[in-house]
Amino acid sequence: MALATADAVAQEGRGLYRALAWRRMLIILGFALALAASFTIDIAWGPARYGLLDVISAILAPGSVSDKIRVVVWDIRMPMALMAVITGAALSLAGAQMQTILANPLASPFTLGISAAASFGAALALVAGISIIPFATNFMVPLNAFAMALLATLIIHFISQARGVTVQTVVLLGIALVFTFNALLAFLQYLASEQALQSVVFWTMGSLTKATWEKIWITLAVLLFALPLFARHAWALTAIRLGEDKAASFGVNVRAIRLETMLIVALLAAVPVSFVGTIGFVGLVGPHVARMLVGEDQRFFLPTSIMAGALLLSATSVVSKSILPGVVFPIGIITALVGVPFFFSLILSNVRRSW
Amino acid sequence: MVTIALEDIGAYYGRRLTVSGITTPIFSAGEIVAVIGPNAAGKSTLFKRMAGLLHGPGTVRVEGSGKGKRAISYMPQDTSANAVLTVYESILLARKQGSGWSVGEDDLRLIDQVMRAIDITDIAFRNLGELSGGQRQLVGIAQTLVREPDILLMDEPTSALDLHRQMEVLAFMREVARERRIIVFIAIHDLNQAMRFADKALVIERGQLRGAGPTGEVINRRLLHDVYQIDARIEPCSRGHLQIIVDSVASRTAAAPS
Repeated sequence: MALATADAVAQEGRGLYRALAWRRMLIILGFALALAASFTIDIAWGPARYGLLDVISAILAPGSVSDKIRVVVWDIRMPMALMAVITGAALSLAGAQMQTILANPLASPFTLGISAAASFGAALALVAGISIIPFATNFMVPLNAFAMALLATLIIHFISQARGVTVQTVVLLGIALVFTFNALLAFLQYLASEQALQSVVFWTMGSLTKATWEKIWITLAVLLFALPLFARHAWALTAIRLGEDKAASFGVNVRAIRLETMLIVALLAAVPVSFVGTIGFVGLVGPHVARMLVGEDQRFFLPTSIMAGALLLSATSVVSKSILPGVVFPIGIITALVGVPFFFSLILSNVRRSW
Repeated sequence: MVTIALEDIGAYYGRRLTVSGITTPIFSAGEIVAVIGPNAAGKSTLFKRMAGLLHGPGTVRVEGSGKGKRAISYMPQDTSANAVLTVYESILLARKQGSGWSVGEDDLRLIDQVMRAIDITDIAFRNLGELSGGQRQLVGIAQTLVREPDILLMDEPTSALDLHRQMEVLAFMREVARERRIIVFIAIHDLNQAMRFADKALVIERGQLRGAGPTGEVINRRLLHDVYQIDARIEPCSRGHLQIIVDSVASRTAAAPS
């Protein structure tokens, strides 16, 4: 052992690392291209059939196509397709950061009860007309969903901080929250009028048909708000995966970053769910796909998680329109059916790196 | 020249003051300080307090550094976290904390240099989860070194290493301390290794300081009897290295607190 350096060997380490970084950037680029393709197909696909060229023209130069195509593309299909991309991105990002700070591969908005809490909040508005946040009757459903999601997130966060609480305890707590909020939801459904019941059931299935431009902008704003905050802590969040002691020894303020991250996660998970309903799976699987492909350096893990979630939901949106001609199935029903085969194939081909 | 001295240091673990009243002589650049004591004596707690990770009374007086909070770097005992990161990335991570996303050629050159120095270039692109306990300790040492601290606190860095690796790592740390003019504190259970490699020793028992000074003076028969409940001789071998020869082990009725 000596401090003297054999430069040839050192060059090898540097060179290999640079190559690794490039490969990861290519993976992200690949995802971006696949997402662009999926997005275009999502817009081109629907009960009214238009040629791909017409659709691309309608997207790039709306003035060059007929009014009918323009209305179908921009007012009907575009909001749904965009909402799929943004919701997938937001839920996957939320799942990625939950898994990171809770050091738990099972963490996601769906598995830890945040989606169930949001559903209960929405049902409170739909069935009982109760607004958790006063004076906000216009956005009663999404705001209720958000408030309950925030509550669930904070419960998980503060209990996970208590002494002696293990990773398993947090998962059990999440499962308990899922059951609790589902029971409360069932209670409301039992009391609900037929009309209110129908809207609650539709809401809990998760459907992109509820997408509007306003909802898209709000969800996008939340995503754009969260991204720089996570990016700023990229090294620190990666260090937290090495264990709390190790991260602290690197100078990371673990408690502060955990709390900040959980609050942002609540926002990221609750806002899309409050607009389009419960969509499971993507928040769990998106990050796993990213981790298997690029590892957990957040500089690569974050963008890949976002891309993987967006692609998964966009592809699901295409499938949900393709099963029966003229019928668009609620996307929440289809996500797992589309994602599971892909997820299994990745796990089986890459067992050693899967957490 | 960098120096450090502890002045009436205590540390809270939760609400309990588990370490208290520790005042040491001044330790200077280039020195290796062995921190010894029974299990659960408070060695890790003292290190965490020195690194600013735990609160408590007293002052850690560092002079001649100019690196502020980054002057002291703590290497915790190994955690078996299995993040999906390569060894190289995990060392880069330690280097880049608190700085921007871009990775400069200087950063990578330093990492290569450190990895080569502790002979772990062959595992550079293995995942952390695939490493043995000993390999993880070596990676931990690399993570600490690339932060270029003036004072290094290593918590049992050789506990999972085979004898050959132990000798290599301790000799390397002594070389690093001398060449880079840094102070290296090593919590260690092997007192023979402590006598061989450390210039000074700190003895902690039940959260209190039991001795501090040159290793040869601090580690003596009386200490072994009082702190470790062992009757032993300390004699030079044929090549002059001091060795502990254990004669008998007394029962530990007044054992250290858990």
